[in-house]
Amino acid sequence: MFDRRLFTNFDWTLLGVVLLITAFGVVNIYSASSSYRDIGTPYYLKQLYWIFAGLILCLTVCSLDYHMLEDFAYWLYGGVLVLLVLVLVAGKTSMGATRWIHLGFFNMQPSEPMKIVIIMTFARFFSRYPIFKGLTLKDLVYPLLILGAPALLIMKQPDLGTAVLVSLIGGTMLLFVGVRWSALASLFAAALPIVYGAWTFGLHDYQKKRIYNFLNPDLDPLGSGYHIIQSKIAVGSGATFGKGFMQGTQSQLRFLPEQHTDFAFSVFAEEWGFAGCLLMLTLYLFLILWGLSIAKRCNDRFGSLLAVGVSAMLFWHIVINMGMVIGLLPVVGVPLPFFSYGGTSMVTSMVGVGILLNISMRRFMF
Amino acid sequence: MKHNILPDDDGGGRRIIGLSLGAFAIFFLLLSRLWYLQVVNADDLMNQSENNRLRFVPVAAPRGAILDRNGKVLVTNTPSFSVAVIPQDVKDKEQLIDNLARYLNLDRNEIETKWNKGQGRAKYYPLVVASGITRDQMEFLEENRLSLSGVNIEMKPIRAYANGTLASHLLGYLGEVNEEELNSEKYLEYNAGDYIGKSGIERAWESYLHGTDGGRQIEVDARGRFLRTVAETGSSVGNTVMLTVDLNLQKAAEQAMGDMAGAVVAMDVNTGEILAFSSNPDYDPALFTGRMPPDIWKQYLEDERHPLENKALKGMYPPGSTFKIITAIAGLEEGLINENTTVECNGSYKFGNATFRCWEHKGHGTVNLRRSLRESCDVFYYKLAERLGVNRIAAYAKRFGLGAPMGVGLENEKGGIIPTEQWKLKRFGKKWFAGETLPVGIGQGYVLTTPVQLASMIATVANEGKIYRPQLVKRVVDADGKVLKEFSPQLAGTTGLKPETYRLVKEGLFAVVNEPRGTGGMARLWEVKVAGKTGSSQVVRDSKAGMAYKYRDHALFVAFAPYEKPEIAVAVVVEHGEHGGSAAAPVTAKVLRAYFEGKGVIKKPVPKIQPQQQGEAVAEPDGQAAPQAPPATPATENRSGNSDR
Repeated sequence: MFDRRLFTNFDWTLLGVVLLITAFGVVNIYSASSSYRDIGTPYYLKQLYWIFAGLILCLTVCSLDYHMLEDFAYWLYGGVLVLLVLVLVAGKTSMGATRWIHLGFFNMQPSEPMKIVIIMTFARFFSRYPIFKGLTLKDLVYPLLILGAPALLIMKQPDLGTAVLVSLIGGTMLLFVGVRWSALASLFAAALPIVYGAWTFGLHDYQKKRIYNFLNPDLDPLGSGYHIIQSKIAVGSGATFGKGFMQGTQSQLRFLPEQHTDFAFSVFAEEWGFAGCLLMLTLYLFLILWGLSIAKRCNDRFGSLLAVGVSAMLFWHIVINMGMVIGLLPVVGVPLPFFSYGGTSMVTSMVGVGILLNISMRRFMF
Repeated sequence: MKHNILPDDDGGGRRIIGLSLGAFAIFFLLLSRLWYLQVVNADDLMNQSENNRLRFVPVAAPRGAILDRNGKVLVTNTPSFSVAVIPQDVKDKEQLIDNLARYLNLDRNEIETKWNKGQGRAKYYPLVVASGITRDQMEFLEENRLSLSGVNIEMKPIRAYANGTLASHLLGYLGEVNEEELNSEKYLEYNAGDYIGKSGIERAWESYLHGTDGGRQIEVDARGRFLRTVAETGSSVGNTVMLTVDLNLQKAAEQAMGDMAGAVVAMDVNTGEILAFSSNPDYDPALFTGRMPPDIWKQYLEDERHPLENKALKGMYPPGSTFKIITAIAGLEEGLINENTTVECNGSYKFGNATFRCWEHKGHGTVNLRRSLRESCDVFYYKLAERLGVNRIAAYAKRFGLGAPMGVGLENEKGGIIPTEQWKLKRFGKKWFAGETLPVGIGQGYVLTTPVQLASMIATVANEGKIYRPQLVKRVVDADGKVLKEFSPQLAGTTGLKPETYRLVKEGLFAVVNEPRGTGGMARLWEVKVAGKTGSSQVVRDSKAGMAYKYRDHALFVAFAPYEKPEIAVAVVVEHGEHGGSAAAPVTAKVLRAYFEGKGVIKKPVPKIQPQQQGEAVAEPDGQAAPQAPPATPATENRSGNSDR
């Protein structure tokens, strides 16, 4: 099963970039959590464990031929969808949201694997779908149902960030497959009342508040606008070259919320300044473009779609997280891949990279 | 295997390029935003981050000390320790309260109440649960720190009054600066919560006493918790104010007053320096710094002796017969009377429809100037006042500085009233009646004076014409001992009278104290010759014995000594003391005795002086006590032998 070519074709560049980002991430978490009280294992160490676990998973994923996924895709989709329903019915509630489900021996958050599963499902769906000059509105019915069901279920938990992410991933893949302009225009026209309806009936008050506060954070500078303001101050006060490692006052004095997880990048921006941010953005852009180039180099449609999907997943995570940190987007709990502390995000992202590596090293096999 | 079933084979590649360009564009947007925040807006946001984490904690400077003229301490500072808890650091609230109650010997409920009062505050905000704990308790708590997590001991300097309530009106009290003061230019540098002098010397010399507050720049986290001190500027202690007041004399004055309400002002005749400045009863200035116990506050407000009022400075009293000195001087200077002028007193004087009575209803008979002063004959002065007219009396009163604030240097000094015809017209819009001049001649009617003015008046008589500005502060010294201000005697004016006038008046004042039938016999000292004048001023028109306290006459006495070469002048007002001779003169004697004891002229121990009620048996309005020799002293003839008859 292990071809020697697999090893020689192994995509060291991709893994290298990912490891470089995770290394920056660990260093940053070390700084961001240094002001925390010592309770148990320090965060940076735990993050290292997660990276290790993620890497094992990543290598496991890329050791199996990704074409196997094509056969399992619908089954996985169905399974995760059932779990999402179960979460709503019998899930564990924490901090006002029901996102976790107890599966006998461990707790899981089925919305997270859905990010990967939707990629595989769409890849599977479109790999066999005959397309001429882009998808028509009729062609879009099934894909939108496939995408809409999990998105709505996740939204219901409520987990706006993940729901948006899943939708964006699916949407990007649809764009890649190609959608006719007429279909796009109709969708857009149909979307307006849906968005209005969602705003009025679908969103929770705290979600609306976040969006209001994003639009005008000064309305409630100590309340819900606090995160945006403090994060902008942290980022901006980093100036060109930053305050230096462990020298960020905003983070060391804990003015930042969630500073080792969702707001990890504002800690980094404060301590390393514009120069550091430029470096990180370059690394991430490289990662995305590399992922897309894998899609381009791939010889089969399924692999190509998978690679685009994974790239889209990483891309939207990065954009939403950074957009939030620098005050361009409302605060939604989306972590920065490989950089924010957190096992779930690390595992998902690593599985994604595993898929990319998988496709990358098997591109000559067919 | 499934090689290329894409209908538009090239489309995939084109779209990949499209997606890449899209990604690139969005990343460029992110980068632009970062540029905007980190390069364009960096300074502004940098400032905001600085403000976020830095707090300025002012450290109050210890106030300067206040000393007496000999350098004895009147007010300094003492560290005060208080116990505060920081709720977020407390592990077991109940147990901690138990421990604190035990260690501090306090009621458990009291601590709990104080704790619960702060419930609404942030968890990191220290709640003071006990203040003013002793040093031993503080040390005990420090030693047991480990078992008292969440307990903070705070230290701040507070005012320590070395002699308790002594001279409380003069020294003044402190209080938190209020809104109005904060808005005024004088308190530009002050912050809310600062303590400032609210009255007395503390207020008048606030800018010198306050010192320069220091401060610590501390770094806090998002919850406002102290992390570390970034910078510190030391506070510098305030300057020391040395008063002209003599601690011992002040003590003597206040002790002599006992429970009586009133004021004593003792002044150096040749410099204007105030040696004693007391207002009775005292209040406790220490209570104003912390939380004033409500029951004591109520007591202060309800006491009809008005403990909070500075009577020496702001008390305005009709001078009564002490004012006869002025009337006599006016008569002599105007040539209306001389040494030999006599007046027939048959107990009253009819003027128009009104009858003005002498306090001696039987009448004094034939009275000359000396006797009129000695026995305080009212009729003599009614007649003299009638001839002088109110404006001429007022002119001489004003020559002595009466009717206007003396410029003692304390806030809200009162000026009293010296009426004139114009004054009445202006004040009441009515013409002056001749009949109103007569009471003015004996210091009644509209005439009002303060104890400070009376002391100054008698001092000017003593030094024969020099009006010194009454001074309370000798010098101001900074922390290094450098003299910042030094006060020398300040001549405010001279009366410009004939020496003969002084001689005659002073002889009369000597007779008041030292001759038989003199009304001020109780002010007599056997070692030093004292001259003075009694006064009793009506609070209501027809005063009689046994009236309610607040209607009784005020008792006054003004004196100087030694007679031959005056050094000290004293003015005593005993509110509702009824008779100057029996209530105010003995107080004067005690103050003078203390002064001359201090100078070594009179040797201690002091022979016991009779309590002031003693004179009541022979009480006339002016408390004529002369027939009785002061009981504690041998009833020998006084040394002057300068008796009238």
